[in-house]
Amino acid sequence: MKVIYQKPESLTSDITTYCPGCGHGIIQKLIAEVIDELDIREKTIGIAPVGCAVLSYNFFNFDVTEAAHGRAPAVATAIKRLLPTRIVFTYQGDGDLAAIGTAEIVHAAARGENFSVIFVNNAVYGMTKGQMAPTTLVGQKTTTTPDGRIPQMHGFPIRVCELLSSLDGVTYLERTTISDIPGILATKRAIKKAFLWQMENKGLGFVEILSTCPVNWKKSPSDSMKWMKETMEKYYPVRVFKDPGTNL
Amino acid sequence: MKLKLLNGCEASAEGAISAGCKFYAGYPITPQNRYPEYMSERMEETGGIFIQAESETSSINMVFGAAAAGFRAMTSSSSPGISLMQEGISYLAGCELPAVIINMNRGGPGLGDVTPSQSDYFQSTRGGGHGDYRTIVLAPWSCQEIHDFTYLAFDLADKYRNPVVVLGDGLIAQMYETVRLKPKKKRFPKKPWALDGCSRRKPNSLKSLFLTPGVLEAHNWKLAVKFSKIEKREVRYESYYCSDAEYLVISFGTCARITKEAVERARQQGLNIGLFRPVTLWPFPYSQLADYMKNAKKILVVEMNLGQMIDDVKIAARNSDARIFFYGRPGGGVPNPDEIYKEIKKK
Ligand SMILES: Cc1ncc(C[n+]2csc(CCOP(=O)(O)OP(=O)(O)O)c2C)c(N)n1
Repeated sequence: MKVIYQKPESLTSDITTYCPGCGHGIIQKLIAEVIDELDIREKTIGIAPVGCAVLSYNFFNFDVTEAAHGRAPAVATAIKRLLPTRIVFTYQGDGDLAAIGTAEIVHAAARGENFSVIFVNNAVYGMTKGQMAPTTLVGQKTTTTPDGRIPQMHGFPIRVCELLSSLDGVTYLERTTISDIPGILATKRAIKKAFLWQMENKGLGFVEILSTCPVNWKKSPSDSMKWMKETMEKYYPVRVFKDPGTNL
Repeated sequence: MKLKLLNGCEASAEGAISAGCKFYAGYPITPQNRYPEYMSERMEETGGIFIQAESETSSINMVFGAAAAGFRAMTSSSSPGISLMQEGISYLAGCELPAVIINMNRGGPGLGDVTPSQSDYFQSTRGGGHGDYRTIVLAPWSCQEIHDFTYLAFDLADKYRNPVVVLGDGLIAQMYETVRLKPKKKRFPKKPWALDGCSRRKPNSLKSLFLTPGVLEAHNWKLAVKFSKIEKREVRYESYYCSDAEYLVISFGTCARITKEAVERARQQGLNIGLFRPVTLWPFPYSQLADYMKNAKKILVVEMNLGQMIDDVKIAARNSDARIFFYGRPGGGVPNPDEIYKEIKKK
């Protein structure tokens, strides 16, 4: 019999601990598939900072280190500078990257560090059970914005790709979504592009992926996909901000 | 052997380079700005990596990454910057990663000032960050010693897979002395736990998060075994005229060097007085000090702070009848030998 589908070697056989309908599982599988396809498992080093991301070291079947909340870009900077032939990526949530770790990502980007960032934007603090994130939408209810996010009280959500696009050190910048199959396939292409870009030493590649957190959004998995498509993608347009130009 | 005129920052940096340091990240702060400046040149020359980070938080996390990748790595700063690093130092301890942190202590609290101080004794010796952990703390009193101790710090860090702090101060950072440079280290311990890609081995992971009930407790017990090994093996101290001294003066770092002059003068005046100087502040030389306390009737602790090491002296003195006095200069005050001598005579 011909094998037409199997678990990527870059994933372990551990049973997922992510909640039903959570986007982390989908995105981590895409990363693992890309690493298999590029045949770089044995030279990849992942950085898993605090947030639901941190658990990824249970699921990735290659070298992974923990990082303190928000600090993954600093950790990745050192690893990549010292081991320039390895493939280094950070895997960060929105609280991690756009709140506590804003300085670290902005400066890694400004320095044009040659690693890849997979940024999972689920518009909420997942691991701590649903508080407002820097990316929480106006009107969105969270456990710390019980009446919805009100700009006069809670400020405005941060569009990270738009923010980073002014920095010359970021050379590949794209926002994707996993709200449908074409989106998932485009996300995989973007991850691959970021890794290939890194292999050509071209500077920081950054992929923001709109993702779901049904438990904390208090929606079913399928309603979450719908909400992401109809609400999140309006505020966070899915598009390429900077493209290396693909001779890749 | 090579002799060089260096200030404390440069002497320490050269110690690191002799020890095979391949990574330095730092952020400017007085009184140790010479450190990153000097390293920006020397890392380049010696095939290492220098990064001026956006903050001390970032510096220490870069050091975390470098250590995770298996390289000898360090940072340097002064008190406010070291406060920012505490989260990272706790993660290093939790993940059992070796790293060297130089603190050129300045006056605090808050922004304080830029003059020499020993006010970070508590922070250095009590862990500093969150969680049950310890860092080895070495307290040099000369440019030669900060050179030698920085070199030693890398070996200790690797040996125990634990962060090591070298606690200098503004005085040592700024003063120039002739330093005998250590030869370059050639053989390094293997690091099979390091992350450099899982080629021909199983994947490695580094973590301090253990959610399964009991696992973190077991991890802490494992760390405890390591810490007690360090307490048994790594105590370092110096004693001058202590063997039968009835009057014991205790001081560390540059303050001890100043105090030594006062003690010597008092001895010349006929006082039966000695100086005890802890070199490792953790592990603290409790039992060694306790031995010297057997003859002591009076103890004077001299520090450039409001009295921090004195807590450890009191622990060492629990079976002693000696009366314990303190003389301190906080907030960047540096005592001179005269005033310490007067203080010795007063008690
Ligand atoms: C210094 C620090 N502050 C706060 C926390 C608690 N904390 C853990 S996860 C998290 C939020 C993570 O949210 P996000 O980065 O959006 O990732 P998600 O879990 O949603 O994937 C917080 C605040 C922590 N571990 N460390």
